[in-house]
Amino acid sequence: MIDDPVVLSRLLTFVTLAFHIVMATIGVGLPIFISIAELVGIKKKDPHYILLARRWTRGYTILVAVGVVTGTIIGFQLSLLWPSFMQAAGHVISLPLFMETFAFFFEAIFLGIYLYTWERFKNPIYHWLLSIPIIIGSSASAFFITSVNAFMNTPQGFDLAEGTIMNVQPLVAMFNPAMPSKVSHVLTTAYLTGAFLLAAIAAFHILRGKTHIYYKKALHLAMIGCFVFSIATIINGDIGGKFLAVYQPEKLAAAEWHFETEDRATLLLGGILDPDEQEVKFGIRIPYALSILAFNRPTAEVIGLNDFPEELWPPLYIHYFFNLMITIGMFLAAVAFAYLVFYYFNRFNSLNKWLLRAIIICAPLSILSIEFGWIMTEAGRQPWILRGYLTVAEAATTSEHVFEMLLLFSSLYLALAILLPIILIRLFKKKTVESEIENQNIIL
Amino acid sequence: MIETIGISILWVFLYGYLIIGSIDFGAGFYSYYAKVTNKKHTIRQVIDRYLSPVWEVTNVFLVFFMIGLVGFFPASAFYFGTALLVPGSIALVLLAIRGSFYAFANYGARESNVYLFLYGITGLLIPAALSTVLTISEGGFITVDDSNVQLLLGELFVSPYSWIVVMLAIVSVLFISASFLTYYANVAKDKDAFELMRKFSLIWGGPTIFLSFLVFLTLSTHNPEHFQAMVEEGWLFVLSLLAFLAAILCIYKRKFMGIAFLLVCFQYGFAFFGYGYTHLPYILYPHITIYENVTSPEMGISLILAFLAGLLLLVPSLFLLMRLFIFNAEYARGR
Ligand code: HDD
Ligand code: HEM
Ligand code: HEM
Repeated sequence: MIDDPVVLSRLLTFVTLAFHIVMATIGVGLPIFISIAELVGIKKKDPHYILLARRWTRGYTILVAVGVVTGTIIGFQLSLLWPSFMQAAGHVISLPLFMETFAFFFEAIFLGIYLYTWERFKNPIYHWLLSIPIIIGSSASAFFITSVNAFMNTPQGFDLAEGTIMNVQPLVAMFNPAMPSKVSHVLTTAYLTGAFLLAAIAAFHILRGKTHIYYKKALHLAMIGCFVFSIATIINGDIGGKFLAVYQPEKLAAAEWHFETEDRATLLLGGILDPDEQEVKFGIRIPYALSILAFNRPTAEVIGLNDFPEELWPPLYIHYFFNLMITIGMFLAAVAFAYLVFYYFNRFNSLNKWLLRAIIICAPLSILSIEFGWIMTEAGRQPWILRGYLTVAEAATTSEHVFEMLLLFSSLYLALAILLPIILIRLFKKKTVESEIENQNIIL
Repeated sequence: MIETIGISILWVFLYGYLIIGSIDFGAGFYSYYAKVTNKKHTIRQVIDRYLSPVWEVTNVFLVFFMIGLVGFFPASAFYFGTALLVPGSIALVLLAIRGSFYAFANYGARESNVYLFLYGITGLLIPAALSTVLTISEGGFITVDDSNVQLLLGELFVSPYSWIVVMLAIVSVLFISASFLTYYANVAKDKDAFELMRKFSLIWGGPTIFLSFLVFLTLSTHNPEHFQAMVEEGWLFVLSLLAFLAAILCIYKRKFMGIAFLLVCFQYGFAFFGYGYTHLPYILYPHITIYENVTSPEMGISLILAFLAGLLLLVPSLFLLMRLFIFNAEYARGR
């Protein structure tokens, strides 16, 4: 295994993407809340919200910096590890990749300006306006990169004749069938994760006994975001399932351990599979639910794995990742809903200890859910790197030094993963909210 | 047509990266130097005020070049990708260390010597690593047998040409960055910083020209074809030399610092475009040419259109960034 470049390249890609995706998701998710907080602060003339925006921005900047360096690594590493894939991708799907770099430019330029101009404009609304390009830039980069990933799942927009790629239609490739459901799910989950991160920070401080109204404002603002985006996530996650049923039935079937094509299909949660007998023990079965998930009709027919040759089956472990993602998604929505119920029906205490604890847990859960979702998507595409055209094994580099590179990059990510929280905690401890409010170094 | 437009776009962005990247890398080194020699308050402040708002933008130039290369000339992804796994990964790790430690030191809580050291030293190692890609593109360091591409690391290590390019890269970084910081310190009216950076500009100016001559000399044996092409376009390199002499004169007389920096940009502009132009039609001697390996016209045209649309967005934003930070005397001065 240590000398199989295919396995090692997959591992290295996994490590890099798994690390980058955390920063990238937060990088996409936070700017809208920063922008909303600043706008509310300006409109209500409430310096607490301005301080909120400023403090969130500080943390955001450090995370984005790590996102930028890991993203740069990916941009090059894809060519280093998957040269044949990138050659093919260059021919057909380089348009969104190219446009993504403009989105990066746009975001980077305005983030630079935003950070260093808090007090430079007489009318604070001008400063707020600078946050709009940051939102557009980061969400657009997620849009473009996700359309590349969607293309890998449903390639189209070219013809293949004797090994050469012809009749390239860049826009058709970019707007492939997987794109709409993927992009919308990726964006809403990024906003959702951002919101829960911010809510969890506020909840943590309140639970620790901080009583300043600042924290309650922060919590409430973030929780509204959590609620909106958790509902949106469930809706477009469901659309994603329907997309799979039509375009990538083998992925859905593997994720559901659904072997025989049948109507009135049962949804399976958890369980332990006996792969030879194709039998499942201990799972929870929900009748008709898989047919509903796939086609919105309890009687619809869902294609099973046995309709595909076994060498094209995705790994069956993705079942667990899929289940975990959905369970977490339901839990996040439930917590957000409970908070709002508690808040608007004053009889309950919305700062209830248990609720606060649940909110804190939701932040790491949502990040895990991002990872699980990606593992389900990417591993579920196996054995293809470009579904139907190019397998992972054909695309990998032939270099003999991938193992050393795996060690090199893993140590880098390990170091960053250790340093990042230390730096962030130190940054926020040095300037506490209370001292900043007292010093009045927040002026409208 | 598409190949010409494509390679021109890429080369312009690589030139952009060369200039602003050099400023960034060199500034990191000077910042560390100022720290260890306790000149903290003079140049450090000037450097920080320039670097903080723009470092991310610098990085995007590099990413842009890479993605654009894959888009316009997909085969280069295959050749360079397979050959450069090891040196490429090392350069990436250095870039990552630099970027994240800059953020940690700058936005993070505490000033740490370790961060600053890493930041300074990577500023010299990265250009050294990146410049070897240009060396490799001259051919002779890559073997190809039925689609198996291999880099001859040993040859690269013993080649005088490759070492001279590395030295030229490092010296250029120090020179370009010093001449910019001289100008910036002048705008900021920081006398000490100005004198120090002026001294560095004068020190590093000579070696850049000397090493450029050596590059010419060694290239004549390493890749005679390219050398011959360069001789034919010799006027470009003469212009580069003239621009250099004029720049040094301005800096020496402490006059027209803005023009002096522009002249340095011209010095590198003439040399860089002269080098690139004569390198054509090869991207990688002798395997990849812009004619044979260009992408399909459909993709090429859509990339060019996307580029034009992107420019419409980018140019005004960059203009805003420059006006607010770089050409803003108030800001440079620290208020
Ligand atoms: C906070 C994160 C999060 C949460 C709570 C959910 N998801 Fe998700 N999901 C993702 C984060 C995510 C993701 C990481 O963003 C993925 C990976 C690839 C993608 O397109 O989005 C994903 C992929 C993904 C896919 C695969 C799409 C494909 O491979 O083409 C499906 C079918 C769903 N999700 C469905 C759901 C459903 C029904 C949920 C119900 C609650 C749900 N997700 C919650
Ligand atoms: C949905 C998944 C992803 C999202 C949402 C995402 C988003 C982001 C964000 C927000 C940044 C920071 C950009 C900035 O602030 O300038 C970033 C950096 C980057 N990402 Fe990702 N990314 C994702 C996956 C990928 C993948 C798979 C690639 C590889 C093709 C990639 C390539 C890059 C590159 C090259 C950068 C660095 C750009 C720079 O230097 O500014 N990203 N990404
Ligand atoms: C956008 C966020 C993305 C994330 C988080 C992500 C995540 C992953 C993960 C976890 C794997 C490992 C799967 C396995 O072990 O089987 C993987 C594989 C891979 N992904 Fe993605 N991916 C993303 C998008 C992309 C994009 C846009 C590209 C290409 C432009 C890409 C290229 C690859 C490649 C080349 C592999 C290795 C082949 C494989 O093992 O399936 N990914 N990705």
